[in-house]
Amino acid sequence: MPMKVGNLPFFEGVDEAIHDSFMVNAVSSAQDGLRDRKISATVGDKALGDWEDWRSAGEEIRSHTLNNLDYYLKQLSDNFAARGGHVYFAETAEEARNYIKKVCKEKNAKHVVKAKSMVTEEISLNEALESEGCEVLETDLAEFILQVDHDQPSHIVVPSVHKNRQQIRDAFKKLGYEGSDDPKELAGFARKTLRKKFLEADVGITGCNFAIADSGSICLVTNEGNANMVTAFPETQITVMGMERIVPSWKEMDVVVSLLCRSSVGQKLTTYVTDITPEPDQKAVDSPKDYHLVIVDAGRSNALGTEFQPALHCIRCAACINVCPVYRHIGGHAYGSIYPGPIGAVLSPILGGYEQYGKLPYASSLCAACTEACPVKIPLHKLLIRHRQKYVEGGGHPPVMEKVAMKGFGIGASSPKLFKIGIKSAPIMLKPLVHHGSITKGPGPLKPWTHGRDLPAPSKENFRKWFKNHKHQETTAIQDKGTGESL
Amino acid sequence: MKGTIENRDSFLEKIADKLKRTPGEAPEKPVWTYTPQNKVYQNYSEDQLLAMMKEACAPIHTKLFETNSEQLGVQLDQLIAEYGGGSIIATNDLRFHTFGLDEILKKNNVAVWDYKEGHKAIERATHANIGLSICDVMLAESATAGLFNDQDKARSVSLLPVTSIVIVPKSSIVPRMTQAMQRVEERVQKGETISSYINFISGPSNSADIEMKLVVGVHGPVKVAYLVVADR
Repeated sequence: MPMKVGNLPFFEGVDEAIHDSFMVNAVSSAQDGLRDRKISATVGDKALGDWEDWRSAGEEIRSHTLNNLDYYLKQLSDNFAARGGHVYFAETAEEARNYIKKVCKEKNAKHVVKAKSMVTEEISLNEALESEGCEVLETDLAEFILQVDHDQPSHIVVPSVHKNRQQIRDAFKKLGYEGSDDPKELAGFARKTLRKKFLEADVGITGCNFAIADSGSICLVTNEGNANMVTAFPETQITVMGMERIVPSWKEMDVVVSLLCRSSVGQKLTTYVTDITPEPDQKAVDSPKDYHLVIVDAGRSNALGTEFQPALHCIRCAACINVCPVYRHIGGHAYGSIYPGPIGAVLSPILGGYEQYGKLPYASSLCAACTEACPVKIPLHKLLIRHRQKYVEGGGHPPVMEKVAMKGFGIGASSPKLFKIGIKSAPIMLKPLVHHGSITKGPGPLKPWTHGRDLPAPSKENFRKWFKNHKHQETTAIQDKGTGESL
Repeated sequence: MKGTIENRDSFLEKIADKLKRTPGEAPEKPVWTYTPQNKVYQNYSEDQLLAMMKEACAPIHTKLFETNSEQLGVQLDQLIAEYGGGSIIATNDLRFHTFGLDEILKKNNVAVWDYKEGHKAIERATHANIGLSICDVMLAESATAGLFNDQDKARSVSLLPVTSIVIVPKSSIVPRMTQAMQRVEERVQKGETISSYINFISGPSNSADIEMKLVVGVHGPVKVAYLVVADR
């Protein structure tokens, strides 16, 4: 699956999503649950001390690491290779796919098992391997459900949040499931189905929560145990990491893992925090004999050295998604990107460009709840505003009407005379659209606004005029009062 | 065997160029302004840590049992019976012998992991009802068993059987991940080889992927029990 989700333009995707009442209810209830759990495990956990200090520590670590990224990637690759692992640096998604295809071909791999990984989704790895004749199986329960049902993720931590148990039961029927829609029974079926697949797989593929530069290690943070299966039994292991997912040493790993587990699912630690370092020479039978690390740029470097660099500090906890009022109403698919919510709206245009994702930064009320929730203090709402500015300035070829309107506004606002004329003429120009004091069906740029709510008709009395009159009345009143008092 | 690195130079040059840096040049060693992790649970006694660990067990669906080194064998025997006995596998860990558990393992027909058996060892673990491991470091804050796995102390033993029983020497309990990471980092700094699989496990595998309803026991063990032994 590529980074792009669905084929609908953004606003059409939104229209479709807001009418899916099950999805909207499921998403809002998931948001509430995850947000409450996060609060208990962060600001609510008094034993931790000041949560703001933890956030500041996270920000400091991520900022230092990204500012010196070339050094830490060099150190990581040196140490990974010194332990017998193979490192491939991929500038593009295509390079990453081709390398992984080559490894699988050399191993004559037919069965590939995968643990949940956003970056492999981003580079369309499954399709690439399937085109080479490999069976590629997702083993995270949510990803397994989506794969069986040919569906797409709508959340980066709980990818199948939009599906209900009946839909999941029906999807599993395709695999011969005959049980009920009880989550325990459904999960039991996945356990049974996947257990033998883990043991017969030729290649195991995972993403990477954090790489540890000074020892050449990879850290995976999971709950289900599938990543441990994927990294134990196949002879060949491939880890695919976004190039920014790295920390200098184990000491920093401690901080970022704590931030991730507590902010994403409200756990002190997830069930499994597993750190793997290559050791192909050892005699273990439940350890890969051949270990590859693919470090992917795929557009990330577009942010380096720019105001958008902090977006690369993201540790993929989805805390911003879980507090976003827009995500709450439109869910994940409407964003049209595997990275939804506030971080998705910041990251997707960086990775995929304004042409494709330039509308996403508008999927925000700019309430800044995302910025406040972020455990590494990414100024998400400010980056959303900057994206909008760049988009309108021509970054993403915005619609001609919008460009003309913005240009016109620029000219009008730069001249006091023109501005006054504009203000005075607005009530007259818009009069044909006004019914009972408001505009219910606006044209052009007003359309998305009036689609959801009425726009009050422009008042004949503008603010300056109102202010002048108001002030005059107030002054007169004070004078009257003053006169009264002196008597 | 040394591995390979492909395509690195141009990749790092591009990054360094954007960051206005000389590619690969070491930065000044960071001195962090914020280190909240070093301030929590300071000066906790062993008993306070154990109390914290006990509290952390309930939310992760893990049962905790306590014993002393004299009673360890009897307690383990009872625990094995409580979890249904049957086919049992243990890691190949000298500490079972040090703790005087040879007799109990023999009595319960416990298979000891042997990498020389190859795939058969994995099959054995797959069909086992109980896996027995000994903890290397226990994180009290989250009741997390840290296992430094290798060819003998196999990862399969705590992963594949239905139940994972972990013996926790009381002396291995530390406040949180911070102390465990410091221990690993010290080895890295000294240039010592670290375990290829450092595994921190907090209870049985679980998932809330279906309607956010928690299901305990997904791909890994369905039940986890800790047997804490006062070892000094």
